Amino acid sequence: MPDATPSSLAAFADTEPAPTTPGAPGRIAAVLRRDPAATVAAAVLLLIAAAAVFAPWIAPFDPALPLDVEARAQPPSSIHWLGTDPLTRDLLSRILFGARVSLGISFLAVLVATIVGTAWGALAGYVGGWVDRVLMSVVDAGLAIPRILLLLGIVAFWRTLSAPALVVVLGLTGWFGASRLVRAEVQAARRRDFAIAARASGASPARVLVRHVLPHAMTPMLVAATLGVGQVVVIEAGLAFLGYGVAAPAASWGNIIRDGREVLATAWWVSVFPGIALALTVLAINVLGDRLRAALGAPQLPAP
Amino acid sequence: MTSPADVLLRVTDLRTHFHLGGEVARAVDGVSFDIHAGETVGMVGESGCGKSVTALSLLRLVDPPGRIEPGSRIEFEGRDLLALDNEGIRRIRGNRIAMVFQEPMTALNPVFSIGDQVAEVARVHAGASRKAAWERAVEMLNLVGIPDPRERAKAYPHQLSGGMRQRVLIAMALVMNPSLLIADEPTTALDVTIQAQILELLASLQQKLGLAVLLITHDLGVVAEVTSRVLVMYGGQVVERAPVRELFANPRHPYTRGLLQAMPRLGDHRDRLAVIPGTVPPPTRWPSGCRFRDRCPYAWERCATEAPPEYPAGNGHGARCHLVDEPARDVALAAPVA
Amino acid sequence: MTTPTVVPGVLADPLLAVRRLTKYFPVQEGLFGRARGQVKAVDGVSLDVGHGETLGVVGESGCGKTTLGRAILRLVEPTSGDIRFDGVDVRALRGRALRTMRRSMQIIFQDPFSSLNPRMTIGATVREGLTVHRIAEGEAADRRVRQLLEEVGLRGEYASRYPHEFSGGQRQRVGIARALAVEPRFIVCDEPVSALDVSVQAQVINLLRDLQRDRGLAYLFIAHDLSVVEHMANRVAVMYLGRIVEFASSEALYREPLMPYTQALLSAVPVPDPVTKRQRIVLAGDVPSPANPPPGCVFHPRCHHPARDAACAAIVPPLEEKAPGHWVACIKQPPTAVPWDVQRQAGATHEPLRHLPVLAPQA
Repeated sequence: MPDATPSSLAAFADTEPAPTTPGAPGRIAAVLRRDPAATVAAAVLLLIAAAAVFAPWIAPFDPALPLDVEARAQPPSSIHWLGTDPLTRDLLSRILFGARVSLGISFLAVLVATIVGTAWGALAGYVGGWVDRVLMSVVDAGLAIPRILLLLGIVAFWRTLSAPALVVVLGLTGWFGASRLVRAEVQAARRRDFAIAARASGASPARVLVRHVLPHAMTPMLVAATLGVGQVVVIEAGLAFLGYGVAAPAASWGNIIRDGREVLATAWWVSVFPGIALALTVLAINVLGDRLRAALGAPQLPAP
Repeated sequence: MTSPADVLLRVTDLRTHFHLGGEVARAVDGVSFDIHAGETVGMVGESGCGKSVTALSLLRLVDPPGRIEPGSRIEFEGRDLLALDNEGIRRIRGNRIAMVFQEPMTALNPVFSIGDQVAEVARVHAGASRKAAWERAVEMLNLVGIPDPRERAKAYPHQLSGGMRQRVLIAMALVMNPSLLIADEPTTALDVTIQAQILELLASLQQKLGLAVLLITHDLGVVAEVTSRVLVMYGGQVVERAPVRELFANPRHPYTRGLLQAMPRLGDHRDRLAVIPGTVPPPTRWPSGCRFRDRCPYAWERCATEAPPEYPAGNGHGARCHLVDEPARDVALAAPVA
Repeated sequence: MTTPTVVPGVLADPLLAVRRLTKYFPVQEGLFGRARGQVKAVDGVSLDVGHGETLGVVGESGCGKTTLGRAILRLVEPTSGDIRFDGVDVRALRGRALRTMRRSMQIIFQDPFSSLNPRMTIGATVREGLTVHRIAEGEAADRRVRQLLEEVGLRGEYASRYPHEFSGGQRQRVGIARALAVEPRFIVCDEPVSALDVSVQAQVINLLRDLQRDRGLAYLFIAHDLSVVEHMANRVAVMYLGRIVEFASSEALYREPLMPYTQALLSAVPVPDPVTKRQRIVLAGDVPSPANPPPGCVFHPRCHHPARDAACAAIVPPLEEKAPGHWVACIKQPPTAVPWDVQRQAGATHEPLRHLPVLAPQA
């Protein structure tokens, strides 16, 4: 028989592979194009984020500077579009700067939570055995205590916190759900044949985890983190409203709403406008997160 | 041997296309065949040949973007199935024509007992009372060889093996005494000893109930063992049809020949297997002319320009291949053993 | 009491020697997941694989053949037993030494869809072993990847494509290229063609045979399809519920299967020949759960041997050499080292009897 190796290949060689279908970024773009609700939500978020970033340039007044006495708790007018607060500060400027605090703290807190949760869940899911049991019992304990109680217990020591401290506190109380999600994805991915093949090729455990297992947890994590930002915005506002927010004169939306609670009957705008900003932001985040989940096929999230 | 009155199902120029934004996948593209009462017809082909879509089309179970194109005809027991309204076709499904699928794991609902699920069919289609339906379920489970059916009817799907689940699905299919059973790869997910049991069961039921069976499979061995006539599918078309012995003794289409030679067989000590080069093209891009030509060792110019019709080859044998028309070209080729 | 280790078909100079290998999985039940017994997925398997040979392992789902393959590679940790590859005690290796060993022992999977990482190009997949073992880097690695892809019948420029762009047969070739990249001497082929269409299956089978001939590879070829195994293997082990129940040269096993289970298995294979009708042995019932195997001979509840009796349920049949090179675990198929006295004490009513039903037609 002639050398058959080349012929066994020729037999097969040439069927052109099918055209590429888009990966996750492409699918996200496709969702935004096709789904009007997601498009609107993304636009709203972009607008709010831009307002937060450019607040120093677009805010008409200094948010911390009291104006003259005449301007105390004035209703919306052509000078003060959203009115002023009881300390005579321009409300629009305060809301714009408040967006920086609210969104900045929430975003960073979720980043902390995602990093901690991913590391914790990946370790538990990949190593398994008693390590998994110990790590996950910590998570179970964390999930057993209502987050708001946990937070109040911690912040009660300090009363008011600097923004970085708030990020750390919110982040470290918010990673339990994320770790469960990552653990489940890691457990599923490490049993798949390609992960076993990588082990069989002699890849180290770290390499298998980073290259073959963790990337498969990233899509659900992206969705979870998006929805997480929405939750943390609300929690941070709640803490601030209860008086445990960032220290004055910096203000988050929660602080501003709190400022208006004494004058709600006479100066409704002080609480209502930041409340609208808050609600709009959370709504937009939730809509976007939900549509992304549907589009990317990420699983339903466990309790945060 | 069969008069026209015996024709149970007549499919004429069935075309089921999937309209995928700009492209059209012609999954089933001009399929015609008859099934006579009480016979077992095999439909054989590899993935992507259109055999499963054909089966779904017979019961009008193709979902958009799939569509049975105008001009297709499906006549069953003298009725035009494509002219029926939704209510009418529902009365056919599971009642006169029943279907068994490949995956016995997913086809059963995990939260109901198997007895409930078999009984449900009788309640829906015959309006049977709860008690009568349950009795019928037990009777059917007995018929398909489930031991101790009265007790086992209370079992849940996860408590059964794959083979037992497939028996339950067959019981569900047969509750209403259908005249045609479509079995789509009914043994593919099963072990070989269990496959033997299920094939035996299908054959005995067919005898007992006078049932016609359309058996869809990729396995020529299964076809040889249980069918009397065979349709070979490729590229959304029937490329060869013949009584089973005739097909295996004298395959006329190069694709059928390739399949037979590519199979490793027991007791066959060839050093290398013959192969069919290349892979099945996607249904959006069938080649012009003969759809098999770019994998065919015989292909010549005519195959690229002229789509072969099905040429009759005698004895109920037919093949969609110009070789039948130009037998001089049908010289014995050394099987490609690449 | 310790029984001597029976090694069917022992070789003088094996590449791989497996002795008394077991893998038990704990069965967890109830709310608190207490271990309630164990599944003996692999239960005392011994075998040798020679240099450049193909040892076939056949059996139905749940017989332990996949676990055996993975336990040999230590992709699942064996419960006990001994694995020597080229004289090296594989079970004693840890960490880096084990990873280095993996260059020599590779695996090809059944499912061409889950065996490739969907987020990596096929080039990156094939390249991984080269990087891990520092076989080639940079452009040299690129060249090697293209060369490997061409060797398995794919175009070199496909390296930058993702798995979802390929058909099942093409993916299976990528899996083979990945295994070849590290230049192994032994590959566990775990049902490598059972997910493929017949025409593509033949292409992959031929490719595996070519590679074996050109590179002197040894295969442990695991499959449920007896005709594929006959085509590939020099010697064949038949597994049932975690044990080897028959072992012989491929030629002898298919010509004259002695274990009643093998006989039934062979007779159940549908033969693509509508003219020859054979006697078919249809086994009653299902494979028992490996968590709760029957006592005595694990096959006895389904056995069709005419001499089957109470002794079969009481005596664990030893794997015995009934003809030169032909090992069978059955006390009713003569000759047997289990004396009639012992069988009778265990309730035997039928003396051992040669039972050879007419099976598959031979070409």
